[in-house]
Amino acid sequence: MRALEIENLDKSYGSVQALRGTSLDVRAGEIFGFVGSNGAGKTTTMRIVLGVLEADGGEVRWDGRPVDHAVRRRIGYMPEERGLYPRMKVGDQLVYLARLHGMGASAARAATDRWTEILGVHERRSDEVQKLSLGNQQRVQLAAALVHDPEILVLDEPFSGLDPVAVDVMSGVLRERAAAGVPVVFSSHQLDLVERLCDRVGIIKAGRVVAAGGIDELRTTEHTRWVVDGPPDPQRWLSGVPDARMVTEEGTRTVVELAAGAPEGAEQAVLRAALTSGPVREFSRLRPSLTELYRHVVSTDDEPASTGEQTSAPARTGASA
Amino acid sequence: MNDPVSSWGAVRLAAGREISTRIRSKSFVWLTIILVAVVVLAGVALNAIGSSGPTAERVGLTPQTAGLAQTLTAAGESVGTELTTTAVADEATGEAQVRDGDLDALLVGSADDFTVVVDSELSPSLAAAVTAVLQQVALTDAVEALGGDPAAVAGEIATAGPDVRVVGEAGAFDPARYVTGLVTGILLFMAIMLSGQLIAQGVVEEKTSRVVELLLATIRPWQLMAGKVLGIGAVGLLQVFLVVAAGAGTAVGLGLVDPGTIDLGAAAFWALVWFLVGFTTYALIFGALGALVSRQEDIGAVTTPVIMLMVVPYILGVSVAPWAPDNPLVVWVSYIPLCAPLLMPVRMALGGVETWEVVLSLGLSVVLLPVLVWLAGKIYSNAVLRSGSRVRLKDALRAS
Repeated sequence: MRALEIENLDKSYGSVQALRGTSLDVRAGEIFGFVGSNGAGKTTTMRIVLGVLEADGGEVRWDGRPVDHAVRRRIGYMPEERGLYPRMKVGDQLVYLARLHGMGASAARAATDRWTEILGVHERRSDEVQKLSLGNQQRVQLAAALVHDPEILVLDEPFSGLDPVAVDVMSGVLRERAAAGVPVVFSSHQLDLVERLCDRVGIIKAGRVVAAGGIDELRTTEHTRWVVDGPPDPQRWLSGVPDARMVTEEGTRTVVELAAGAPEGAEQAVLRAALTSGPVREFSRLRPSLTELYRHVVSTDDEPASTGEQTSAPARTGASA
Repeated sequence: MNDPVSSWGAVRLAAGREISTRIRSKSFVWLTIILVAVVVLAGVALNAIGSSGPTAERVGLTPQTAGLAQTLTAAGESVGTELTTTAVADEATGEAQVRDGDLDALLVGSADDFTVVVDSELSPSLAAAVTAVLQQVALTDAVEALGGDPAAVAGEIATAGPDVRVVGEAGAFDPARYVTGLVTGILLFMAIMLSGQLIAQGVVEEKTSRVVELLLATIRPWQLMAGKVLGIGAVGLLQVFLVVAAGAGTAVGLGLVDPGTIDLGAAAFWALVWFLVGFTTYALIFGALGALVSRQEDIGAVTTPVIMLMVVPYILGVSVAPWAPDNPLVVWVSYIPLCAPLLMPVRMALGGVETWEVVLSLGLSVVLLPVLVWLAGKIYSNAVLRSGSRVRLKDALRAS
């Protein structure tokens, strides 16, 4: 299967090391969410993929071959800092960009019409970009990334500054492109959105991918947690259950954690213990949200260099999953 | 599915965008209209000043004085007054025409004894001519009275004249050459500087709006730069062409220049050649310098030293060269690349430039171009993606 592989990228700006062996891969037809705090290296990675920056080391491959100028022409790119000619008309601008990517004049015009229609800015085609609202400029920017029918999509924070309707439109477009076999990688700070939209996620911290994989995979922890909405005084009814301990209690809702290595089905004992004390209205697995996961990963202090092996391990599992 | 865009294709697309954007911009249209209007009006004004001097005096002759026509014209010529004689039916008609201003004077009476009829006063030039006629009549009478041949005497007088030997320099000040030189100098300076500024502004616009990142993810820096230089150059050339054509057309149409003393076609051709060389030189410099800054307000800071450099040959060209074309400073500076495009064409318009001088000057300027292309390309591609504070030239020259 074709994949965009980013392997071992290094990049430093003077004394600041922006990327330290950044690796991840995005397969055709998949939406990959790239998250990390400001300055973690997301934009640098994307700019290297597009050839706008040169890496000090490492390689970017598409379909097994290093990405060169010809491949880059087939990438749809949305830079972090939006860029369009402010005094050029929306339609002219999109046609120009499509043609720069190699489309013929009439195909470029047709694609411009189509994408402005889909993104809801078709009525503004003959307006200068600077006259549009920021949200509409953002839509035009996405149209600029899509207009040449790219084989790969690299979008740096495509959702920032969009209203909920536009977010839905853009999500729909990304899903549709992925379904058409395009690898889509985008960065975002809206983690709930990433969780909803992405097949896989990579978390980058200080230039290194510290976690990567399917969302469910990442959310799976050694200690499983369960939420019980049922009888009060959990300390009492939980006392006889092996491997279980109470984490929090909020009104009638109790969070119970099972110790690592608890046997399969150990949660059933928790449910039975609760039922014997009173009615249970809800019993469900509590998975950490991406936000919690992210906070956990990002708040962990920088470990000494010797643990580099460990931190990059999940990235590998993610890649091979 | 998408055809790969050839290098030339990318350059052409970028150039096409520049051309269509510039030509449709209001500032371009108005500047061109104003420049053309200024050149045409200057020609018309020059013509008006030139023709407000001695115009032909219109003298009416009644049938009785009609015999004086030839004598009068000849006398006018001898005193430097152009005369046209018109026959009028009779004295009354002639007087009416004098009163209406259709005639400057009317001779009535007989050929031997006439009176000059004027509206208010006899103009000095006409008075001189009429006096000459009277003197000649008196002379003829006297020669005849002494028994001589008036025709022979007249012939002697006509050939009498001093032998003149010129010891000063030949080639007196020629206003047509002076104006052509001045206009060439000003026009080239303005055209090169304005187009250069447009290049710098275009580069900064792409950098400020960050569209350059999107573009450079698709085409190479040199293609973008070449497209910009070609596009803006073509627009600038069109503008210069329109202004030069309007100027030359006005000059020829109004008969301002004597085709014998100055070849306007050649002057216009060389102005265009030097514009191309000068524009390319400065476009590369302005483009590279524009890439160093991220805001339009900062363009001035980086381009001022270059504009100062341009002002030197410009000032020499319009203020020193017309009066002292052989001034050693003017001559030497006109060979130096960067200065040559602004000074050599002025010298050429003024005349007296040897062919080898033009070849040397043009050759040096053209040889410099590949060096500038390399240098500008390096600075541009290293600096154009670094936004924020101004990039130092030293850093831009070092690898990214």
